[in-house]
Amino acid sequence: MAVIFERTKGLTEVETHYCPGCTHGIIHRLVGEAMVELGILDNAIGVAPVGCSVFAYEYFNCDMHEAAHGRAPAVATGIKRVHPDNFVFTYQGDGDLASIGTAEIVHAAHRGEKISTIFVNNAIYGMTGGQMAPTTLIGQKTTTSPQGRTVEHSGMPIRMSELLATIDGAKFVERVAVNTPGNIRKAKRAIIEAFKVQLEGKGFGIVEVLSTCPTNWGMTAPESMKWLADNMIPYYPLGNFRRPEEAE
Amino acid sequence: MSKILMKGNEAIGAAAIQAGCRYFFGYPITPQSELPEYMARELPKVGGVYLQAESEVAAINMVYGAAGSGARVMTSSSSPGMSLKQEGISYIAGAELPCLIVNIMRGGPGLGSIQPSQTDYFQATRGGGNGDYRLVVYAPSDVQEMVDLIIEGFDVADQYRNPVMIAGDGMIGQMMEPVEFKTPVRRELAEKDWATTGTNGERERNIINSLYINPEDLEQHNIRLQAKYDLIKQNEVKVESYNIEDAELVIAAYGTTARIAKTAIAKLEEEGYKIGLIRPITLWPYPYDEFKKINPNCKAVLTAEMNTGQMIDDVKIAVEGKYPVHFYGRTGGMSPTPEEFIENIKKILGGEK
Ligand SMILES: Cc1ncc(C[n+]2csc(CCOP(=O)(O)OP(=O)(O)O)c2C)c(N)n1
Ligand code: SF4
Repeated sequence: MAVIFERTKGLTEVETHYCPGCTHGIIHRLVGEAMVELGILDNAIGVAPVGCSVFAYEYFNCDMHEAAHGRAPAVATGIKRVHPDNFVFTYQGDGDLASIGTAEIVHAAHRGEKISTIFVNNAIYGMTGGQMAPTTLIGQKTTTSPQGRTVEHSGMPIRMSELLATIDGAKFVERVAVNTPGNIRKAKRAIIEAFKVQLEGKGFGIVEVLSTCPTNWGMTAPESMKWLADNMIPYYPLGNFRRPEEAE
Repeated sequence: MSKILMKGNEAIGAAAIQAGCRYFFGYPITPQSELPEYMARELPKVGGVYLQAESEVAAINMVYGAAGSGARVMTSSSSPGMSLKQEGISYIAGAELPCLIVNIMRGGPGLGSIQPSQTDYFQATRGGGNGDYRLVVYAPSDVQEMVDLIIEGFDVADQYRNPVMIAGDGMIGQMMEPVEFKTPVRRELAEKDWATTGTNGERERNIINSLYINPEDLEQHNIRLQAKYDLIKQNEVKVESYNIEDAELVIAAYGTTARIAKTAIAKLEEEGYKIGLIRPITLWPYPYDEFKKINPNCKAVLTAEMNTGQMIDDVKIAVEGKYPVHFYGRTGGMSPTPEEFIENIKKILGGEK
């Protein structure tokens, strides 16, 4: 019998702890597949964040560090400076990257650090139980914006890809989503391209992935996919913001 | 090798490079900036990397990454910057990574002053970061001793997989003194087979981590850490003492304060006083046992620090109530003088001889 689908070698056999319908799992798979297809798994060193993906060090089938909340890009910098020939990546949520870790991500990009970042934007703090993130949409109810986020109180949601694309050292910046098979295929292509930017020594690359949190959004998995399409994509437009050619 | 005249902060850099340190991550702050400047100049010459981080928070997390990758790595700062490093230090201790951290202490709290002080004793020895962890903390009292401790400190860090701190006061960083870079006696160290280097398809994955979500596992991890700290307490205490079996008063002081105390002791001896000195070289592990050797007829112990009284807690633990413990300190970046020492000691001992 022909095998038409199997677990990627990029992930370990460990069963993930993600909630049913959470798209962290899809994104893990894409990262694992990308590393296998590029033949860099044995050479990779990853950095897990603090957030729902804190256990990513148990899932990615390569050497891993677990970093303090928001500090993954600094940890990755330390690793990459010691092992410039290794492939080094971070996997971070939006609380991790867009709130507590803004300095670390901005300056990793600013230095043109030759690392790759997978930025999972689900517009909420998943792990701590659904508090407001800097990426939470206007009107979106969370446990710390119970009436819905307002501009007056918390400002407009931050668009990290657009921000990072203004930094010269960020050579690849793309926003993707994993809500449809088509978008998942595009997400994988972007991840591979970002990884290649590092492998070719061109500089910093980031893929922002719009992701769901059915548990804290209080929705079923299909409802979450629809909510992402209807609410997140209009505010966080998909597409490429930076490629090495343009950055030159 | 012959002696060369060097400023304390630069000597730290030279010693670290001699010890095989090839990575430095830091952020400028007075009074230690000559050290990162030295590293920026010298590390590239030996194939190393100097990187100015965006903050002390980032710098210590870069150290975490580099140490986990198997490198000999260091960072340095002064008091306000050291506060920012506490998060990373806790993670490094939790993940059991070796590194060297230099704190050239200045007056506090807050932005304080840029003058020398010893105000971070509590932070260094009690753990400024969260959790039940310990650093090996050295308090050198001259540039030569600092150089020797840095070279040995990297080995100690590797041997125990634990962060090592050099707690120097601003005076020692700024002072010019002759130093000799002796060929260090190297400890036998195990391969860093735990480091992340990429599996190369040849071994199991290595994971650098301080998270143990299961409380039973975390308790076991802490018990293992405590066993390691006990071993450090047994093996790594360093102390200098002078005339404590015969003294009528013993001074407990470290770093520059101990040097000033020595001048006072010499002057008092001329007047017929018998004054002893216990100078902890390791602030942790603390040389508690040394205090047991003090002459039973000793009248008092005088703790002296460039702060308002921090090590005095350890001195009280050490003397177990056998002698009254006094305190003399200058703070805010002010330094003690031999004359003030003499005045304090005469007051305690009751007038002129
Ligand atoms: C210094 C620090 N502050 C706060 C926390 C608590 N905390 C853990 S995860 C998290 C938010 C994670 O949200 P996000 O990065 O969006 O990831 P998600 O869980 O949604 O995947 C917070 C605030 C922490 N662990 N450390
Ligand atoms: S809380 Fe949200 S982000 Fe976290 S695993 Fe569950 S669904 Fe995913």
